[in-house]
Amino acid sequence: MGRYVVRRLLSLIPVLFGVSLIVFFLVRLIPGTALEMYLGTQVEATPEQMEELKRIFGEDKPVPILYLEWLGDILRGDFGYSLRTGRMVLPDILSRLPLSLELTLFSLILALLIGIPLGIASSLRQNSFGDFVSRIGGLLGLSLPQFWLAALMVMVFSRFRGWIPMGNYVSFFDSPLQNIKMLFFPSLAIGIGFAAVVMRYTRNSMLEVLQMDYIRTAKAKGLKKPSVIYFHALKNAILPVITVTGFNAGYLLGGAIVIEEVFALPGMGRLALYAIYQRDYPIIQAVVMVIATLFVVVNLITDLVYALADPRIRLDDVVR
Amino acid sequence: MTVPRLFKNGIAVTGLVIIVLYVLIIIVSFFWLPFDPSEMNSQRLLEAPSFTSGHLFGTDEFGRDILSRIMKGTTVSLVISIAATALGASFGILMGIWAGYLGGRWDNGIMRIADVLFSFPSLLLAIFVMAILGENTYNVIIAIGIVYIPQFARISRGSIIALKSNEFVRAARSNGAGRTYILFRHLLPNSMAPIIVQISLSLSVAILLESALSFLGLGVQPPEPSWGNMLSSARKVMMLAPWTAIYPGLAIVTLVLGFNLLGDGLRDILDPRLRNVR
Repeated sequence: MGRYVVRRLLSLIPVLFGVSLIVFFLVRLIPGTALEMYLGTQVEATPEQMEELKRIFGEDKPVPILYLEWLGDILRGDFGYSLRTGRMVLPDILSRLPLSLELTLFSLILALLIGIPLGIASSLRQNSFGDFVSRIGGLLGLSLPQFWLAALMVMVFSRFRGWIPMGNYVSFFDSPLQNIKMLFFPSLAIGIGFAAVVMRYTRNSMLEVLQMDYIRTAKAKGLKKPSVIYFHALKNAILPVITVTGFNAGYLLGGAIVIEEVFALPGMGRLALYAIYQRDYPIIQAVVMVIATLFVVVNLITDLVYALADPRIRLDDVVR
Repeated sequence: MTVPRLFKNGIAVTGLVIIVLYVLIIIVSFFWLPFDPSEMNSQRLLEAPSFTSGHLFGTDEFGRDILSRIMKGTTVSLVISIAATALGASFGILMGIWAGYLGGRWDNGIMRIADVLFSFPSLLLAIFVMAILGENTYNVIIAIGIVYIPQFARISRGSIIALKSNEFVRAARSNGAGRTYILFRHLLPNSMAPIIVQISLSLSVAILLESALSFLGLGVQPPEPSWGNMLSSARKVMMLAPWTAIYPGLAIVTLVLGFNLLGDGLRDILDPRLRNVR
């Protein structure tokens, strides 16, 4: 297991290096430099001032050197300064990160709580009416635009005051109950599509496992049905669900971007959107870099959990 | 062989029917719309849906007919969805099959690029690309296409690798068939099943991505109607006029559901492993 972890950790390096290349050079594709955008068309600067500004904006050097400097900076946690407010980017991101992570986590939990039981129930009564309804419901869940659902929620619940506490965001550590109340519906809007995915995977995987010989053996030796289902079948059927859960955590994080906007929650997504509307590239670069890193790390954790749950993956590694 | 089975599959047929209906809507919209979708009418702002006024889905904050705008927006959504999927699929499949077939250094290089693209959640990558290219309809196609490249690359690579050690490939080679010939005449046609399913699902996700981008103001720009930007402008008035938000959303859900039903049915039909399960 140790060797597997190390090998997977090392594989992160080239991927994150590639991500940083994309984030840095794509922004360079934009016509006009950050400095020109900062100055706009109105501002006049003397040649001396221009030299100084160019140095501050780091435009006095060739691009590859700038990239290496930028890479060095972000490795030390320095994401530069916002073009609009002049504030450092990192503290802004760090103060907004917890909300986005919480939203992602809540929606993940909701999705699993809805998806797994429905998937199991559906697989146990295959081809029944209930199975049919939950399969169609699953497809419908996949087809709902999260932001539309969120907008409908805002529309409906604004008529029932108190359902969604409006006003400023309250951190979980200040008032857990208020915080959960605030994030429940946004999380539901993000998570419902994913609940559908979880349901479908649980169902298909259960159906496959329930056909296995060892399930027949377990039944034949007289084990009670719940014991067969939960200890023998579910334990094995849950593996693909773990994988799809991990790989979709990032998708939920992406969903958070839109939902934060609809519910006016001050998370990272809103910061990113604001930065995009304002063409504030240091912030855009930083947010994309941070989310991509989180995404890659979550995928890595998923792989490790999977390896922990399924010894065959580790064995495979040893044999090789 | 596949086609008759397609028609026996209720789920796939339902999906197909929905898609055909939307295609009919597009054809009709070229010749006839209930109202001019861009004509504003200050006398009829935010009018509720009614038969008598002829505005079946009501009017928006400029007095424009919502049904006509949804019908016009169908073309935008479907064209973006098809073009983006075609873009992503053609680049992704080309990358994937060469990587899978050549193996070694090529495989490694190509798939590392795909890995990097995979490191971004799809909506974030699309938003990022839009922020760089600028907001217009063509760039939406490019942004969604880029999101799809690694997905198609991975799937087609996987199926080529699974296929290439088969007897018929060796037989073709010993008959003197060249690399390109084997790849495009033998391997690609045999690996189409998962790719077709992916295409169908990609079409559905493209509609969701386009509407999300337009909703955020980063996609199709008004006054050109798209379902996403209709919802975007509905946000300001939906408390007064819920229909401005409800109908465009329903249009998205139905078409996306159509593609999902088709994709799901196709998977049933094309994936023999699952066929035994069901």
